[in-house]
Amino acid sequence: MSDTTATQTPPMGALLARWLPRAEALLIPLAALLCGLAVFSLFLLTLGKSPIDFYALIYKAGFSTAFSWQNTLSRVAPLLFAGLCVALPARLGLVVIGGEGAIVLGGLAAAVLGLAVVGAPPVIGFVVMAAGAALMGGLWIGAVGWLRFKRGVNETIASLLMAYIAIALMNHLVEGLFRDPQSLNKPSTAPLPEALRVGDMPIGIDVHWGFAFGVLACVISWVLMDRTTIGFAARIAGDNVRAAQVQGLPVGKLIIGFTALGGACAGLAGFFEVSAIHGSANGSLISGYGYTGILVAFLARHNPLAIIPVATLLAGFEASSGLIQRRMDLPDATILVMEGIVFVVLLLSETLYGRLAIFNPTFWEKKA
Amino acid sequence: MSTAADIGIWGVPLAIIGGAIRVSTPFLFVSLGECLTERSGRINLGLEGTLVFGAMSGYAVAYGTGSPWLGVLAAAMAGVLFGLFHGWICKFKGVNDIAIGIALMLLGMGLAFFFGKPYIQPVAPDLPAIPLGWWSDIPQVQAALQVNALFLIGAVLAVALHWMFKNTRVGLAIRVAGDSTDAARAIGLNPDTVRLLSTAAGGALAGVGGAYLSLYYPGSWNEGISSGQGLMAVALVIFARWNPINCFWAALLFGGAGALGPALQSVGVTSGYYLFFAAPYVLTLALLIITSSPDKAMEGAPGALSITK
Amino acid sequence: MKRELTRRHFLNTTAAMGAATLAGAMMPGQARAASDLTVGFIYVGPKDDFGYNQAHAEGAAAVKEMAGVTVVEEENVPETVDVQNTMESMINFDGATLLFPTSFGYFDPHILEVAPKHPDVRFQHAAGLWSADKHPMNVGSYFGYIGMGQYLNGITAGYASKTKKIGFVAAKPIPQVLQNINSFLLGARSVDPEITCQVIFTGEWSLAVKEAEATNALADQGCDVITCHVDGPKVVMETAAARGAYVCGYHADQTALAPEKYLTGAEWNWAGVYTGMVQTVLDGGSIDNFVRGGLSDGFIKMSPLGPAVSDAARNQFEATKAEIMKGGYSVFKGPLKDNAGNVIAADGEAFVETDIALESMNYLVEGVLGSTS
Repeated sequence: MSDTTATQTPPMGALLARWLPRAEALLIPLAALLCGLAVFSLFLLTLGKSPIDFYALIYKAGFSTAFSWQNTLSRVAPLLFAGLCVALPARLGLVVIGGEGAIVLGGLAAAVLGLAVVGAPPVIGFVVMAAGAALMGGLWIGAVGWLRFKRGVNETIASLLMAYIAIALMNHLVEGLFRDPQSLNKPSTAPLPEALRVGDMPIGIDVHWGFAFGVLACVISWVLMDRTTIGFAARIAGDNVRAAQVQGLPVGKLIIGFTALGGACAGLAGFFEVSAIHGSANGSLISGYGYTGILVAFLARHNPLAIIPVATLLAGFEASSGLIQRRMDLPDATILVMEGIVFVVLLLSETLYGRLAIFNPTFWEKKA
Repeated sequence: MSTAADIGIWGVPLAIIGGAIRVSTPFLFVSLGECLTERSGRINLGLEGTLVFGAMSGYAVAYGTGSPWLGVLAAAMAGVLFGLFHGWICKFKGVNDIAIGIALMLLGMGLAFFFGKPYIQPVAPDLPAIPLGWWSDIPQVQAALQVNALFLIGAVLAVALHWMFKNTRVGLAIRVAGDSTDAARAIGLNPDTVRLLSTAAGGALAGVGGAYLSLYYPGSWNEGISSGQGLMAVALVIFARWNPINCFWAALLFGGAGALGPALQSVGVTSGYYLFFAAPYVLTLALLIITSSPDKAMEGAPGALSITK
Repeated sequence: MKRELTRRHFLNTTAAMGAATLAGAMMPGQARAASDLTVGFIYVGPKDDFGYNQAHAEGAAAVKEMAGVTVVEEENVPETVDVQNTMESMINFDGATLLFPTSFGYFDPHILEVAPKHPDVRFQHAAGLWSADKHPMNVGSYFGYIGMGQYLNGITAGYASKTKKIGFVAAKPIPQVLQNINSFLLGARSVDPEITCQVIFTGEWSLAVKEAEATNALADQGCDVITCHVDGPKVVMETAAARGAYVCGYHADQTALAPEKYLTGAEWNWAGVYTGMVQTVLDGGSIDNFVRGGLSDGFIKMSPLGPAVSDAARNQFEATKAEIMKGGYSVFKGPLKDNAGNVIAADGEAFVETDIALESMNYLVEGVLGSTS
């Protein structure tokens, strides 16, 4: 039906076919975001608090001044990597929820390797640390994929169990074998030298390079998933394993490869946490980024490019939590409530895709 | 305190038994609830949020009314609300049940922390325990066998659910809805309604699991009361292969193995305690690997579940 | 003073002036009562945890009462980039010039990262080991000799214990915790040298179920007086009392949680310390970079003795407390060995309360059942 109209008016039809899906992908979530904020406003009003003040504070703390942007963007990097750790395996229909383990062990690997190459040129040091962290994370989550393929072990529970095991291992090693005797009241590995600390990007605010590399990782993942035959094969395998096997696709390699790649991303999150923020590996690495990453990936519908705005929005919300506590006399959990409401509405809005007439080319063609 | 007997190394098996009874109940209730939900064809990953909200609301009501059982009831009702909400949203086409679960986890925890601030300090009445250790004159045995009624209810519930799935019309309806949406429609069932009710009932059980945490063991409300029991219990359902009886054993295993770390330290096995604390996870993973095989990756799994596709 | 400062920060950090003034104009709380000083308190957990954070929050509450001072607070701030942002946010948006980031883990690298960027702001950190050759001058550390309180706890425990076994639920084997464990046992041994202390490490600062399990394991082994060093002692106190054991408190007063079983407790007394420091700044003075204090300085205090404390215990408790109040008291004195048999102090050797060496303690003394790794 629409085919025939499209052939009759090629320029207009092609234009609509090209832009309407994009408009849909942008406008539906935006409208949902506003709806979610409106619902949360009702919550605030019943408490006798002003929604206008509340949103003004979010804007102020998260997005108004240069410092606000620093406050927001400096929280984004681990969310990007952790989101990829969920989104990449999701392409194969796998639900990996244990990225936290790969972050923690990746961070530990980076810290230990960094100390091993002290004195080498920084470039080599960084490469060794980052590669080691990615390898560690890749092996950890890749093992989940391997167990899934070889033994049919469910990846959701295996990755969660392994996250707890990873945390225990990290704590054990940081308080034992790798403990710096000087780290008195906070058991840590020895501090990395200044030369092996990832610095801030030259953009005038203190946001470290992890942000840029996180964005880069998202873009590369998008290309891999949407523009290569490997990504295409993964999608087929994700839709129907049997069909993929019949077509001769290497399902095992795809499963292990995509889980390992996701784990490598999580490992890199650990590397940047250690090298850019903490300067050593210690218990502070266990801060739940891996679990926030699950939320980020699902909100982004496992689209690596969408992970970037979602993570930034989430970081902005988190950045404003403090100011809201201080100015409005609301508990720190207020932001959690808001995130919960907004995200439920956002996810609910997914039901609208393909069902609104204004995003259907025929709607416009009839008018024209 | 009657004088404690010197039980030495016997403290370890005793702690494992006691720990299995004390610690397992939240895992048991949440996993039974999730089992019920998943058998109907939906995943509710958000039971951690329901658990935490149940812990808070149960504690608050118990404190306000002076009755811990009213607290349990309130927690169950709160769980029903969360379950209904999840079930209602997920009936819309194109909405991902796992993602909604995660968002509801956030919302549940947020609301619990938000409204729970005034209840961190007050002391609410605890649920009573049944002294099943009366036959022994060793105080440690008596203490280990202080069994809460909820644990026994949970055990009975596991058997009852198993029986229900096998032998009742309701059980059949849930199983059919869980295995195939089309098949359910074909025999005149509305799969959305079945799933809505199953998710609501599952939420109620998760809420009770939370109330156990705040009203019995450890028996207080604070923001760190749950250390991920709700999330873990959801995962345990897969381990239990969607079988309620297995959920019971899985919860016991988890509780008992969790007691290993502190008990070993108390008898002098002091180094490497982090590794002993990881015992429940290592054991579960090992059992999972041993009992799985590539041919029956999803044995027992409801066919309509989104992770099985 | 403060206006200028905030304004300068504003100008420095504002990319789009229009947006900033707009946001500023509609900001709530912008027109708050003029004050001479804004003080920020940052807590790692909830501020009503019956423990570490509550102790600091009670200090902050006392500061709030002072004229000309505005207090801003934030709870549940993790030891990640979050705390750096919280500190900067308090400086940039609230004009705070005196900060109390109260968790140990905030110090390195977070305070050390932020402090050099804000030389006009004073960062006061609890428990850190500030040293002049390594750390910025606008950073200071303060702490109290709370081990003395655990020693006094131990005295009441020594009298109360019938099994001669006492128990300690500890988070991590770090110097502060080890010193508390050792002091608790040495206090008990000053009553009866036969007493031993079983320690169980939970590995985390706040983990309710594990703390309860640890307490039960101690009770199973016959420990009949139990204390702890975790962030929120509520679970340990309630679980131990339910098992019929006596309890000694830590961080804050926990009498209300176990009125019959509570012997006494080692508490922080930050109210006096914080108001003192804030007054110094208000008067234009400067706070010393390295501050320590004990019972006599009002940094710590003891909970009121509970009903189960015998007269004999009360007498020794009061006498020892009076000795400690004079200053120069030594809990760690020779002959003293660690529980692996190494000599810690030879006969006649002693570490006085203020000895900095005690702050890097890495051993458990003889009589403590447990190990440091």
